[in-house]
Amino acid sequence: MTSTDHFDVIVLGGGQAGLTAAITAAENGASVCILEVAPRAMRGGNTRHTRNLRPMHESGAFPMEGAYGFDEYLDDLLRVTGGETDHALAELTIRESEHAITWLQDHGVAFQPPLSGTLHLGRTNAFFLGGGKALVNSLYRFAANLGVHTVYEATNIDLNISGTRFIDLTYQQESNTHRISGHCLVAAAGGFEANLDWLEEAWGPAARNFLVRGTPYNKGNILRQLLDAEFKQVGDPDQCHAVAIDGRAPTYDGGIVSRVDSVPLGIVVNNAGKRFFDEGEDFWPKRYAIWGRLIAAQTDQIGYAITDAKADGLFMPTVLPPLKSKTIDGLAKQIDIPAAALLQTIDQFNAATISGSFNHQALDDCRTQDLLINKSHWARKIDTPPYSAYPLRPGITFTYLGVAVDNQARLQVGSGNACENIFAAGEVMAGNILGHGYLAGIGMTIGHVFGRIAGKEAAKHAH
Amino acid sequence: MPTDKTTAEAIRVMTICNACRYCEGHCAVFPAMERQTAFTKNNIEFLSNLCHQCGACYQHCQYADPHEFDINVPAVFEQARLESYTQFLWPAFMQPAVLNGSRFMATSLLVSISLFLLAVTEQAGVSHILAPQVNFYNLMPHSVMASIFSFAALAVVISWWMTLREYWHSISLPSPWSIGMASYSAAITSALTLKNLDGGHGDGCYESGESPSLWKRRFHHLVLIGFFLCFSATLVGTFYHYGLDVPAPYGWLTLPKILGVTGGIMLLVGCAGLFRTKQTTDHRLVSSDNGYGMSLTVLLFFTSLTGLGLPIAQGTGALGLLLAVHLGCVLALFLNFAWGKFTHGFFRLIALLADEHQKTQ
Ligand SMILES: Cc1cc2nc3c(=O)[nH]c(=O)nc-3n(C[C@H](O)[C@H](O)[C@H](O)COP(=O)(O)OP(=O)(O)OC[C@H]3O[C@@H](n4cnc5c(N)ncnc54)[C@H](O)[C@@H]3O)c2cc1C
Ligand code: SF4
Ligand code: SF4
Repeated sequence: MTSTDHFDVIVLGGGQAGLTAAITAAENGASVCILEVAPRAMRGGNTRHTRNLRPMHESGAFPMEGAYGFDEYLDDLLRVTGGETDHALAELTIRESEHAITWLQDHGVAFQPPLSGTLHLGRTNAFFLGGGKALVNSLYRFAANLGVHTVYEATNIDLNISGTRFIDLTYQQESNTHRISGHCLVAAAGGFEANLDWLEEAWGPAARNFLVRGTPYNKGNILRQLLDAEFKQVGDPDQCHAVAIDGRAPTYDGGIVSRVDSVPLGIVVNNAGKRFFDEGEDFWPKRYAIWGRLIAAQTDQIGYAITDAKADGLFMPTVLPPLKSKTIDGLAKQIDIPAAALLQTIDQFNAATISGSFNHQALDDCRTQDLLINKSHWARKIDTPPYSAYPLRPGITFTYLGVAVDNQARLQVGSGNACENIFAAGEVMAGNILGHGYLAGIGMTIGHVFGRIAGKEAAKHAH
Repeated sequence: MPTDKTTAEAIRVMTICNACRYCEGHCAVFPAMERQTAFTKNNIEFLSNLCHQCGACYQHCQYADPHEFDINVPAVFEQARLESYTQFLWPAFMQPAVLNGSRFMATSLLVSISLFLLAVTEQAGVSHILAPQVNFYNLMPHSVMASIFSFAALAVVISWWMTLREYWHSISLPSPWSIGMASYSAAITSALTLKNLDGGHGDGCYESGESPSLWKRRFHHLVLIGFFLCFSATLVGTFYHYGLDVPAPYGWLTLPKILGVTGGIMLLVGCAGLFRTKQTTDHRLVSSDNGYGMSLTVLLFFTSLTGLGLPIAQGTGALGLLLAVHLGCVLALFLNFAWGKFTHGFFRLIALLADEHQKTQ
């Protein structure tokens, strides 16, 4: 590429949002270039790790079951966000999500029935056949066929913004600097969840003990430049989606397989051997996203999920086997917490369980009473060796801080006006709709809907 | 049975897949994996033979190289399969035939062709070998051909029986009688339609990269159908000979000829296609098999090429040589049936049957 290259639309970031924007812009006649920081083999950001999105639908046509209408969807979204959402954009997202499956199918993405263990999502979530990387590959293939130009390993992107207008940018590739200009820019480079320094600004030193579930490449460099250029911000830097994952997972990119689903079947203690939250409050898929924060609040950001032999085989298999011991004492030694404290916690817990009929597939009546922190369901005595422990760490999925956009995906300027030629899609603007909480599949849905809007508007603007 | 190293790697990979399950929709392997309560040598022998090497799960794996998990299901399963073909092979002294596929093929071709050359020369006399011939029974009597190949067929069947019996037990299949008819028919249907090469979406496999393609499946179909047609041509010919007392050569518009020529052409196209597919396969999906896999394709190709040449060479001086070469190819092919890649079909079929049977349990 020479230093004078010019494109109608430059897309920053080649995850789902960027690819969708690039394809839509190209289909609307624009010349498009995607700049992606990762090498080809690691392209696709967090989208690589996803498995589904959440489309509104009335028909139950494949791969969906039943119906999931507008009102129910909106209720769900309002409930999880506690109202922290831009209503108009939320409604727009939900309405547009209805076309997501057909659009993706038309662009080479295949779907499958809900994965085993996720049957409860069959009505609300559409699963990609082969997962997110299959989707990413299909969209890249489609984009290439449309003539979209993709540059991998484009590092140190430096935006030249004059006032509120994007002029051009430079980036480096293999230590050469290139400059390209564009009529429009689409920012789709994800959040800053892989940037531990930035997380530390918001979370303090605790952030050093976070594990990053997704790509190591989402460092937020583009978001930072846009915020520094005084575009309007949404969300707080310390808002993020964080779940409890196996503490032994890799620092980056562990993805779905680092999950530990044994929490509701036993107890969770901190490294003082004390419980700190109701493990049986609700079904794990509904609760796992609060446990990231709960563990982040413990000393050294670590917890231990402890179960006895009765729980074996009742939860999804894990990659790494649990630490096991025939005695509580032995287990305490293995996980290096005070044995006396752990014994006391378990004795108290066991004494407080009231007998009921255990059913891990329903909100059963096995609970504890008279504890400072009771367990509401699935509370059974921890008394059958061997005992198992999984170390738990906060695993950060994505951040919510982003740039504010309007219904044309255009960045907002402080004074309430829209920027002319910079658009945003995906995680970098998801905070407009999801200011708080999480709804399974909403991330990809926002990326899809705003990717299409950004691509279309950018192409329109370029002509 | 696969070596400890291969088994350990396959178990590592399956443990990660079982926690992930994103590939559940691609093929029969992943649902079968989820049914296992623990991963052992035996169920790796089962799962690896269920894998049809379509590549989908590799191209779509977020944990594939350069990710530190380095997940590559088709590669480790191919290695495990090769090792299971080796270990179960009967008699055990034939095991090097699997490990040195192309050498085994070359040797068996050389020896078989030489044998038939000698035999033909013996029958026709050195001076007449190049004389124009119309009837190949002048070059080699039907009874001699029939007895050589009956004997070879018997050896093949015994070897299959011994080899596959071991495999059957190893993957814990119960007695054949206690398996339901529905399981048999489902397994046979999957095998014949190559269901597991369709990627789960019907668009095909990912052997050559990120775009699905149906060509491998189509070429394999051509080979399979061509093979059955040629096999039927032989059966019908035998019936003509003994039942109707009508000996070869047959005219172009007789049943044995029509079956044989159609089958032969399908084999030629199918084998050439599979050969081409192999050349374009993503090298990361396969482990080196020393020509084991390709030897069957090559033998089928040359057997049908020389077979199709016979009627053309009729009445010319080339018939003698060509007949010897053709019969040599056929005999080498028989050796491959017993100790070469041909057995993969049976291993797969048994794995598919075990899969169907497990589903009913
Ligand atoms: C383990 C995991 C599982 C998930 N599962 C689901 C799910 O099932 N359903 C769901 O809806 N959501 C899920 N999410 C959330 C989902 O991943 C995101 O909402 C979605 O992928 C966001 O898409 P995106 O295109 O905005 O970002 P990404 O897919 O992350 O793409 C951003 C791209 O930008 C590139 N990039 C970053 N910085 C730069 C830069 N400076 N210059 C150039 N390029 C850059 C990155 O390399 C990347 O390719 C999951 C997240 C994780 C981590
Ligand atoms: S091959 Fe990769 S994506 Fe597929 S199930 Fe295994 S780990 Fe998951
Ligand atoms: S390579 Fe194909 S057939 Fe083999 S396990 Fe993967 S998806 Fe299944």
